[in-house]
Amino acid sequence: MSSYHLDHLQHLESEAIHVMREVAGEFERPALLFSGGKDSICLLRLAEKAFRPAEIPMPFLNIETGHEFPELIDFRDRRAKQLGAKLIIRTVDAAIARGDAIPKPGVVSRNQLQTPVLLGAIEEFKFDCCIGGARRDEEKARAKERFFSFRDGFGQWDPKNQRPEIWNLYNARLNQGENMRVFPLSNWTEMDVWEYIRKEKLEVPTIYFSHERDCFRRGGQWLPEPPAHADATKPDPYAGARPTEKEPIKRLVVRVRTIADMISTGMIESKVHSFDDIISEIAAARVTERGSRADDKASEAAMEDRKKAGYF
Amino acid sequence: MGHHPVDILRFNTCGSVDDGKSTLIGRLLYDSKSLMEDQIEALERSADITGGGQINLANLTDGLRAEREQGITIDVAYRYFATPRRKFIIADTPGHVQYTRNMVTGASAANLSIVLIDARLGVIEQSRRHTCIASLLRIPHLVVAVNKMDLVDWSEARFIEICDQFNEFLPRLDIKDVKFIPMSALNGDNLVEPSVHTPWYVGPTLLGHLETVHIASDWNLNGFRFPVQWVNRPNNPTDRHLHDFRGFSGQIAGGIVRVGQKVMALPGGQITTVKEIWTLDGPLQEAFCPQSVTLVLEHDIDISRGNMIIGLDQLPGTGMDLHAQVCWMHPRPLQRGKKYFLKHTSNTVQAMVTEIDHRINMATLVPEPAPAELVLNDIGEIRIRTAKPLVYDGYATNRLTGSFILIEQGTNATVAAGMLLPSEQLVRPESGDYVI
Ligand SMILES: Nc1nc2c(ncn2[C@@H]2O[C@H](COP(=O)(O)OP(=O)(O)O)[C@@H](O)[C@H]2O)c(=O)[nH]1
Ligand SMILES: [Mg+2]
Repeated sequence: MSSYHLDHLQHLESEAIHVMREVAGEFERPALLFSGGKDSICLLRLAEKAFRPAEIPMPFLNIETGHEFPELIDFRDRRAKQLGAKLIIRTVDAAIARGDAIPKPGVVSRNQLQTPVLLGAIEEFKFDCCIGGARRDEEKARAKERFFSFRDGFGQWDPKNQRPEIWNLYNARLNQGENMRVFPLSNWTEMDVWEYIRKEKLEVPTIYFSHERDCFRRGGQWLPEPPAHADATKPDPYAGARPTEKEPIKRLVVRVRTIADMISTGMIESKVHSFDDIISEIAAARVTERGSRADDKASEAAMEDRKKAGYF
Repeated sequence: MGHHPVDILRFNTCGSVDDGKSTLIGRLLYDSKSLMEDQIEALERSADITGGGQINLANLTDGLRAEREQGITIDVAYRYFATPRRKFIIADTPGHVQYTRNMVTGASAANLSIVLIDARLGVIEQSRRHTCIASLLRIPHLVVAVNKMDLVDWSEARFIEICDQFNEFLPRLDIKDVKFIPMSALNGDNLVEPSVHTPWYVGPTLLGHLETVHIASDWNLNGFRFPVQWVNRPNNPTDRHLHDFRGFSGQIAGGIVRVGQKVMALPGGQITTVKEIWTLDGPLQEAFCPQSVTLVLEHDIDISRGNMIIGLDQLPGTGMDLHAQVCWMHPRPLQRGKKYFLKHTSNTVQAMVTEIDHRINMATLVPEPAPAELVLNDIGEIRIRTAKPLVYDGYATNRLTGSFILIEQGTNATVAAGMLLPSEQLVRPESGDYVI
């Protein structure tokens, strides 16, 4: 074999860097969605690869549901600082207080409420493009996404009417008020992400490794026990997401495979302490990563419906 | 420990509705054990609801609600799987006539196309259309999957008859490597395991072929081409050495570049030397297509996004009058005299279609001269005048520097995929008299 050969990770990396630079070249006010999860950790490294030695030419944006794992928040803030990036945080809490996001009675999860907050942030900062870490292998509706996913003035995705994407020529043109979501990791699988993290020796939040945690069983999953209700003068943000008497707490050795927030992330029982362990565990896994997410179990078209409404 | 695929093969499936594309992909995933339990459970659940208990492998790729309801594939679905030998990216492209543009989308980046034929129907107009598109897009490898062989009693005679039908029009196309495989996607014959029903067939199974087909030479390593995407100028470099750093970032679209090599910046024509190939992982002595790098040049030349840095050995073409094959992808027809944006590499210019030379009749593959317009799914040859000269190669030489898209002004819809014919006029090195 000739020495002019790239392996699969190098191919995916080069493709993603090309996409990131197209964003920097084509858009006036892009942002990069950074949650602290494994996919967006890869995005940050790719941004460094695309733009160093210059500054990363876009701020980081995170939408908080208010139910985040504290480990994730710490990590997110630290990483953004290390990279010298501006981190913009907008919260579902504030949006609820303003009346921009209205919780459905009886629904504790704020997953759906992230959408109006994201759209609000896009409007507030006049972002014309948001880079996200979504991958096509995650979910059936995502499998239909383009690298450059066009959104109309309401942030909506119209799967039947997507711009054809040919070669590596991305049509980034927008009219006023329209918006683009760009997914540099489109062609990456869960395995690719972990192999890349291992290869690049990237730091990840500790909850990806096995640790002891109090959990309870609900909906066929182990959910983490939410933090104590600290401020009794305010309503409990986790009301409805706490274990009942019929759901006894169990101390388990667990980790997360995919992170949403504490309400929608199932913990998996696992004993992994290194990237090698994680990669072996995924290679042997018999369920997909999304199998542990309550937000996707709602129905077969749960993701499609959320994306049409402006989710990323 | 885990698997380490050495490279990536991108392929797409095409054929008419109901030829079995989605079933084939589902079967490939199922039999190569790439499906997880929750995916299989979901399949079984929907089988109980809609399929009378029969698992429908097509539901794996048909991810949109309307697709499941109507039993069709609307949009390109991407699927991923890996074997110990390779990682695969599959684009499942729909067969409906009105969705042909999606086939172009799914196939443009492919190393290989699988054209499905229903063994009962043989070669039909759609098969020809899709093979013709694969040929136009210069997809290096083609597999003709003669499917539903179970419905023609595994007849070798029928298989040969279909191969002959195919071979009749193949010479008119530009495809170098073609493989015919008899199969049943539904039952998995000759997909992953050799079939007991086809003792007369001695070739590889589909997966065997996908794992071994030679793709290392699919990238172009002749003629250095570097479309500049972004100019890298640190504002507040932490490292003092970087104070005057000025680099040009992009993905190499052809050839190899080395430190110390002479290069030319276009359209200016200035000649200079590569001083450094910068990457986050440290400087490189050389880099090649399709790596993404940042070049630092010896001289301070005015270069911006949309410009191209090239090697001096194999010069590209240049000009404002382009001759190209296009696939029309929009319900509003292409008309002579209309203005579009043309995006070529990292460069977007205004362009006007001046002539429609011909459109290809898909039934006969014969060009029909001077049509009034090109409509959705038409393939034809056109002439374009651009507002500024383009630096390009013929698509046959380089898929990345020989391709473009047309964007409708106002709506910003992507309306055409274009493949350039070689320019009669090459970039002339002496046009860069003012060597710095
Ligand atoms: N008998 C038989 N039926 C098949 C075979 N492959 C696909 N089918 C059936 O043909 C129909 C269309 O298949 P589908 O995969 O949806 O076709 P697509 O439109 O090309 O994606 C389904 O009912 C399949 O079960 C085959 O090899 N043999
Ligand atoms: Mg189908």
